[in-house]
Amino acid sequence: MSTRSTETPPTETPPGTNGDQAAAARAKVSESIGEGYRWLDRIGAERVRNLIALAGVLILFAIWAIAKDGFSLFVQRTFDGLNNGFIYAAMALALVLIYKATGVVNFAQGNMAMFGTFIAYVLIVEQGFPTWVGIIVAMLLSAVGGAVIERLFVRPFDPTNHLAITIVTLAWFIILGAIAGIIWGFDPKAFPTPFPGGINDKLTVFNATLAYAKLGIWVTIIVVVLLVNLLLRRTKAGLAFRSVSSNLESSRLVGIHTGRTLQFGWALAAAVGTLAGCLIANNTLLTPNFMGTVLIYSFAAATLGGLDSVAGAVVGGVLIGLIETMAGGYIGFIGTDLALASALAVIVVVLLIRPSGLFGTPRVERV
Amino acid sequence: MTDTAVDTALLEVHDLYASYGPVQVLHGLSFSVKQGEVVVILGANGAGKTTTLRAICQMTHTRGSVRVAGHEVHGKTTPEVVRAGVAHVPQGRGTFPDLTVMDNLEVGAFVRKDREVKADIDRWLEVFPRLRDRRSQVAGSLSGGEQQMLAVARAMMGRPKMLLLDEPSLGLAPLVVQDLFRRFGQINADEGVTMLIVEQNANLAFEIANHAYVLEAGEIVLSGSSDELRNDDAVRRAYLGY
Repeated sequence: MSTRSTETPPTETPPGTNGDQAAAARAKVSESIGEGYRWLDRIGAERVRNLIALAGVLILFAIWAIAKDGFSLFVQRTFDGLNNGFIYAAMALALVLIYKATGVVNFAQGNMAMFGTFIAYVLIVEQGFPTWVGIIVAMLLSAVGGAVIERLFVRPFDPTNHLAITIVTLAWFIILGAIAGIIWGFDPKAFPTPFPGGINDKLTVFNATLAYAKLGIWVTIIVVVLLVNLLLRRTKAGLAFRSVSSNLESSRLVGIHTGRTLQFGWALAAAVGTLAGCLIANNTLLTPNFMGTVLIYSFAAATLGGLDSVAGAVVGGVLIGLIETMAGGYIGFIGTDLALASALAVIVVVLLIRPSGLFGTPRVERV
Repeated sequence: MTDTAVDTALLEVHDLYASYGPVQVLHGLSFSVKQGEVVVILGANGAGKTTTLRAICQMTHTRGSVRVAGHEVHGKTTPEVVRAGVAHVPQGRGTFPDLTVMDNLEVGAFVRKDREVKADIDRWLEVFPRLRDRRSQVAGSLSGGEQQMLAVARAMMGRPKMLLLDEPSLGLAPLVVQDLFRRFGQINADEGVTMLIVEQNANLAFEIANHAYVLEAGEIVLSGSSDELRNDDAVRRAYLGY
């Protein structure tokens, strides 16, 4: 990485005048700014710098928040934020997988997850499957469904025609919502938790409570993210997937069947989405539009983290969960009513300041 | 060039037509490349050089016969042509910009099932030491010359019978280009891989090529050995510039 040029322009006031001192002062200031930049450069990759800046902001906020409302309330709000944050992280991961595969934001992701969760509901509540078995079978069926949608409704389109594919995902958002409404109706349904859910199954940390059911969600999603990361980094299929998302044409030229590879991305995303739906449904109750709000937070998470970055999706998801809870808790007028608006505000600010997100790859066109 | 296989054509193109939508670019091309040879296709911008290579790999809409090692590949998909032994280094390098140098090399061996991939990666890092220095950098951060080396090494990772190179000199400094072409000659000699190079830099291409074709407006207008074409008046004026 080259150091940024911070020299004052040569067209300064001529020497010997009053401006001389001012110019020297300016040079000194810009020199120290340059020094700062070089110091940042030495820290390493840009994403490391972003992370350090982010950690700084979080620490400052934490100090302020603890001073304001006390430590135990801060810990409680952190737990609450992480509860939602990990769900957003999983949904954002699903969005990122499809974005990497197809280059579009999948508007149907929320309803794909909702549909998968209903399938799990049928298996577990109506057919009597053990909860985990029902969830895993529903994830597998969702993967098949995602693969079918890719094969029949995405692959026939020119892969560079992102608008057409985006419209297809919008169509599936509506279709899946309608079908679920027809089959299962709009009455909220209770969904079982796969974790110990009793009133005493909880940890108490600094007077803040953390239910095992919530802790289970965190652990499950961390494990899934690590598995997806291993799959992408350490397997041949993962290498093919990363190649296709980096350069479609060259992927064909090394012999990768790009269609199948993209289908793999859709299947994986559908399965991860269904898992996220099943984990949060116990909390929100199950209706055909229960993933709508979650999807908006997940869009914010993926935008914040960078739409093409798996790590970014997770960090973005956790941050959005925290922002939602903290903004609602500490900033009086936001409360719960405006929490969703805080997510949209994050989307707007990120797109203005850093369109590629914290971890994303800035688009560079080579000519 | 190996003496044993001088007369077997590895690539036979017969009556090849190619078009982009309604625009026809190749008008019945026929040529062949013998096993172990280096063949160059010369031509001005828009003559159809790139299209010829893309048509061989079935990346455009084509009509006519393309045989690789005796097997017809017309109508097959691009990944199948690659499995038939054709490696194509497209114009503008075609590396994977978000992947590291190591990952680029590894994915080059995607079609292989053997266990010598790691050893081959080491070997190509030996051939291109600059790539070894940068092996954990993403390809997008390499210089143009390094990317071209990476693109060639990646193509060779698939152990192809035949290497198609699309204007490898494009956008590179003259010294870098000379070094590259010397390496192409070396790779041809060491690995016995047949090469079909599309180039505008005729001088360098003639130095390593056995045979050359001149393409104009989608048709072959001249062909011959490098020495014959180098001394041809029309070629000299149009492509050598003296």
